[in-house]
Amino acid sequence: MEDEKDHALPGFEAEAKDNSRRNFLKQSTLLTAIALTPGTAVKAAEMGVGEKIAEAFEKMPIKMEVNGVAHSLSVEPRATLLDILREQLDLTGTKKGCDHGQCGACTVHVDGHRVNSCLTLGVMASGKKITTIEGLAKGDDLHPMQEAFLKHDGFQCGYCTPGQIMSAVACIREGHANSEMEIREYMSGNICRCGAYPNIVNAIQEVKAGGQAV
Amino acid sequence: MKQFQYTRALTQQSAIDAIAKPGTKIIAGGTNLIDLMKRGVTAPDKLVDINHLPLKNIVATKTGLHIGALALNSVVSENSLVLEKQPLLSMALKAGASPQLRNMATVGGNMMQRTRCTYFYDTTMPCNKRAPGTGCGAMEGINRMHAIFGASDQCIAVNPSDMCVGLAALDAVAIIAGKKGERRIPFTEFHRLPGDHPEMDNHLATGEMIVGVEIPDNNFAKNSYYLKVRDRQSYAFALVSVAAALEISNGVIKNARLAMGGVAHKPWRLFDAEKALIGKPATEESFKQAAQIAMQGAKAYQYNSFKLKLAPATITEALKHAAGLV
Repeated sequence: MEDEKDHALPGFEAEAKDNSRRNFLKQSTLLTAIALTPGTAVKAAEMGVGEKIAEAFEKMPIKMEVNGVAHSLSVEPRATLLDILREQLDLTGTKKGCDHGQCGACTVHVDGHRVNSCLTLGVMASGKKITTIEGLAKGDDLHPMQEAFLKHDGFQCGYCTPGQIMSAVACIREGHANSEMEIREYMSGNICRCGAYPNIVNAIQEVKAGGQAV
Repeated sequence: MKQFQYTRALTQQSAIDAIAKPGTKIIAGGTNLIDLMKRGVTAPDKLVDINHLPLKNIVATKTGLHIGALALNSVVSENSLVLEKQPLLSMALKAGASPQLRNMATVGGNMMQRTRCTYFYDTTMPCNKRAPGTGCGAMEGINRMHAIFGASDQCIAVNPSDMCVGLAALDAVAIIAGKKGERRIPFTEFHRLPGDHPEMDNHLATGEMIVGVEIPDNNFAKNSYYLKVRDRQSYAFALVSVAAALEISNGVIKNARLAMGGVAHKPWRLFDAEKALIGKPATEESFKQAAQIAMQGAKAYQYNSFKLKLAPATITEALKHAAGLV
């Protein structure tokens, strides 16, 4: 703690003292955690236990099934489902757009319902079944919605596309794809910076009209 | 986001015990809280996850409709009892947020959501609601989204909820649980005006939690409407919204309920305008008169004077829809 107080610009000081920035960040994160975490973690810190032990207090075990595969993970309570999918499970198909529930790029299905994974804590998704864009295709066979997005050019840059497709599938499953107006309203949680909306609507209408199971 | 402790409450009592401790917050859907925590607007030491409590039920009682605090916004909006008895609530819910967010957001959480005032969200700006005593950035700032009713010299923020506007209009009652048991308060008295304490959004005391809402039965189902005016057609907060419910017999208004959103620190119930409608013919002329009455005492700021025209026009239009004139 003394060290921390002495550092006017801690980031630079730490590097100068032969401490890698990464280590410094780890330490300062730990200090922040101690300052804010009551109970066991604080006691652990007071007793001078090392970072690894303190980290064990901070992380929580969770279980979730992602795209049909069971995972047992250890996560910080503050880790969002989005970050866990991308950083721990390497499922980078789900995109981080705004990270504040305003764009829909992070849309995944939790127990069959579409949600914003950026506003979902991983610890709260424990015990649930998650489906991401990687879970839609069956091997090399694309999901009908993926085929339709390709056919209708439902994207330009493609960054919002995984979220758009997850939302589009849910839109049909929920029974909210009965007209162009209804599709536009029920797809409003997915923003497309390129403005591919007309083609996205066309893709959804085609899949809906096709009557395939989605 | 700052680190915090996470616990799951398995009983209502354990949740109530846990939130008595300072720095502890309840998390339900998390759609507002996680956002605020990411931005550093709030930094609880401990989150109590109440999603495993049995508070999701939607049931008809002898006198009305009971909706549990954990019922999802999407579920409530499509529930057959709600659609049959209180379609106005369904309309208000569907006007809010996005399908994804409505799949996460709960009734209780919706009641607890904080203002979307940009000065509240921006931790580099003064805000009496976020940091009491620092001033109000919006007062002399970009106050286009802000209040025209009931504001104070401390805060001109508005409550962002659509659902709450519908519930305020429908005479709902909030059911609150705490250490001393349950209490019920009229929905219109759940949220508060900013006054000298804009940091307090509502009358929930420390150690209390919302367990449900009840809507008394009424005869408004046939003639109700929720009209929301916003900067884009969907997925945006209201500039002005109006919940209108009428009971019409032979073209004459027997009973009326009106509430506005986007104009005050709480859902803004229009009691005087309601009274003025009773006994009047259900015509555009009556509605325009009621709208003028509703606007008494309105006060605009530099960038939101458009609301002085938009609000009465929205009231009139909502009433026309409710009466079936559109």
